[in-house]
Amino acid sequence: MSTSAVSASGLYRNFGDLVAVDNVSLDIEQGTIFGFVGPNGSGKSTTIRMLCGLLTPSAGTATVLGHSLPKEAEHLRRRVGYMTQAFSLYRDLSVEENLDFVGQIYSMPRNKRKDRRDHWMGRLDLERYRHHLAGRLSGGQRQWLALAACLLHRPEVLILDEPTSQVDPKTRRDFWRILFELADDGVTILVSTHFMDEAERCHRLGILDHGRLVTEGRPQALMQDLPVDVFRVSGPGLRDIEALLLQNTAVRSVVQIGDALRVLTDQGTDPSTIATLADKGTHVERVDANLEDVFVVATADEVTA
Amino acid sequence: MIRSLARIWAIMRKELRQLARDRLTFGMVVGIPALQLLMFGYAINMDVRDLSAGVVDHARTSISRQIVADIDHSQVVNIIAQYSSVAQLERAIGSDLIDVGIVVPGDLEVRLADRSRPAIQLLLDDSDPVIGNSANALTAYSVGPDDAAPVIQSMGLYNPERKSAINIVPGLIGVILTLTMVLFTAVAVVRERERGNLEMLITTPVQSWELMVGKVIPYIGIGLIQTTLVLALGMWLFDMPIRGSLLDVYLTALAFIGASLTLGLVISTAAENQFQAMQMTIFILLPSILLSGFMFPFAGMPRLAQWIAELLPMTHFVRLIRGIVVRGSPLADGIHELYALLAFSAVMLTIAALRFKKSLD
Ligand SMILES: Nc1ncnc2c1ncn2[C@@H]1O[C@H](COP(=O)(O)OP(=O)(O)OP(=O)(O)O)[C@@H](O)[C@H]1O
Ligand SMILES: [Mg+2]
Repeated sequence: MSTSAVSASGLYRNFGDLVAVDNVSLDIEQGTIFGFVGPNGSGKSTTIRMLCGLLTPSAGTATVLGHSLPKEAEHLRRRVGYMTQAFSLYRDLSVEENLDFVGQIYSMPRNKRKDRRDHWMGRLDLERYRHHLAGRLSGGQRQWLALAACLLHRPEVLILDEPTSQVDPKTRRDFWRILFELADDGVTILVSTHFMDEAERCHRLGILDHGRLVTEGRPQALMQDLPVDVFRVSGPGLRDIEALLLQNTAVRSVVQIGDALRVLTDQGTDPSTIATLADKGTHVERVDANLEDVFVVATADEVTA
Repeated sequence: MIRSLARIWAIMRKELRQLARDRLTFGMVVGIPALQLLMFGYAINMDVRDLSAGVVDHARTSISRQIVADIDHSQVVNIIAQYSSVAQLERAIGSDLIDVGIVVPGDLEVRLADRSRPAIQLLLDDSDPVIGNSANALTAYSVGPDDAAPVIQSMGLYNPERKSAINIVPGLIGVILTLTMVLFTAVAVVRERERGNLEMLITTPVQSWELMVGKVIPYIGIGLIQTTLVLALGMWLFDMPIRGSLLDVYLTALAFIGASLTLGLVISTAAENQFQAMQMTIFILLPSILLSGFMFPFAGMPRLAQWIAELLPMTHFVRLIRGIVVRGSPLADGIHELYALLAFSAVMLTIAALRFKKSLD
């Protein structure tokens, strides 16, 4: 029943000596949202570009809607929408002119073009800026415009490279509401992000590190199955406690969050080990792993390996 | 096909809109031709009067004295000395005693009767273009009311190609078109890549050739506007006549615009940024100015330079346009030059289309 709209197998890409994407395989089910997270330079954009037919894989295969890339990329132009990481519409054209241009490029008949343009301008709150030059819009408004432009031709697959990087939290929620509506309509979405709250919303999530897909799965499952224990340590002298904790080989990572430390340890570590490390007056509490913990563990392994 | 045309149309309109909003480029469309024309035009056409002159009169007849007196009265030159030999005259010019030498040959009457060649020679230090061109004004002098044959022939001692507006302006169209057409197209494409627009365009159904054609067509119009501007200014400011047909002039310009635009496209596929595009344009522009016959006579150049020149569209354009504007020859006379321009465009377009791929690799 489940059909994969996007799939990649053994995808590999190097730029000279630099391996940007290393043996990435994934399957994205039709009508679901797949999230890509990973540190800067981990290969998210490069993978996305290969899935858009913009870059030729050095090895491996990619298939989108049954067409193999990059050979059959032209067949997919009308069925895939791609929102680039950097704003790629024309800054010296107005919102309306940009959308009209994109509509014309997709050979939409005049009426349809105007309908869809006005629909998305209304839906994405761009109506007020209709005649503003794209270059004068705020970062967030520009992202809305870019989204509108890649939705105009009703793509079946939507590929978004960090669409919300300049968007405030409230607007990001609106953004995601739209993504879910699209997914409900059967649109398959691949989205990269640096925000953990967004990552958590995805149906499935892939974590890239140094070009490798180090973790992949449902966000809930990834958090539950994370092979670490998480402790919240609070009390006086956090700085000293941190130094002590880091000497323990069982401790994977320590990070301060407000007036407490969040400590990741190897699974099965006795909480008393943590407690005894610290002075009296320190409060140790076991907490659930969150997605940031998943991210830290997945990307840290890679560095030490 | 209809879809292709619609996409090309969309790209053209977008390009024109951007152009209209880009004050710098827009200013260059009009500014470059006007500025260049004024610079080149006035540098070679400054009307300096009272140049000092020396005379060698081998004829010593009443007619010869009359002509010399007429020249003196022209106020272009001021005769300050008489010499007995051409050698003395040349020495005087060389040591800057006089600017212009007038040589009246012994057989003046015979020569005046023979309309096919001028009777009197001017020797001048026309390494200084101001002198050269002012003295050239004398060559307009004629004897008799309806006598069209030139009486005076000017012989530059150092710069035998006598420049005048009629020689400069047609060639100048070539210089201006090379600069603006090559640069504009190259930059227009490179800018899309630099600003990331290309990454978006590649993922749309637009084909590379549609993109190229759509981007180039507006510049054809601009090239024709510039041609008109230079011709009009040349006629208005420098009284440049157009002896051939205006249609031929525009057909020639069109072929040259095509060659320049396609060359710009090739540059755009090689240049990584706007600065590189500009450097490459200048790399083409310099030989176009120096080797094409625009500045220096083609015949006097070394063989290697001539070979290089044959590869430049400017060389063919200069020959063709001078033929039409200066000599009034029909386009058919220089048809092989036109073919050369068309062939150049076809080759460049092929190279550009082969190099321009819908990918970021
Ligand atoms: N065209 C290119 N030429 C050379 N190296 C490149 C090119 N594109 C990407 N890289 C390199 O490949 C690696 C992966 O880059 P990529 O843009 O895919 O990372 P990313 O995960 O999208 O990062 P970010 O979160 O910062 O957007 C980086 O080291 C980058 O420098
Ligand atoms: Mg990226």
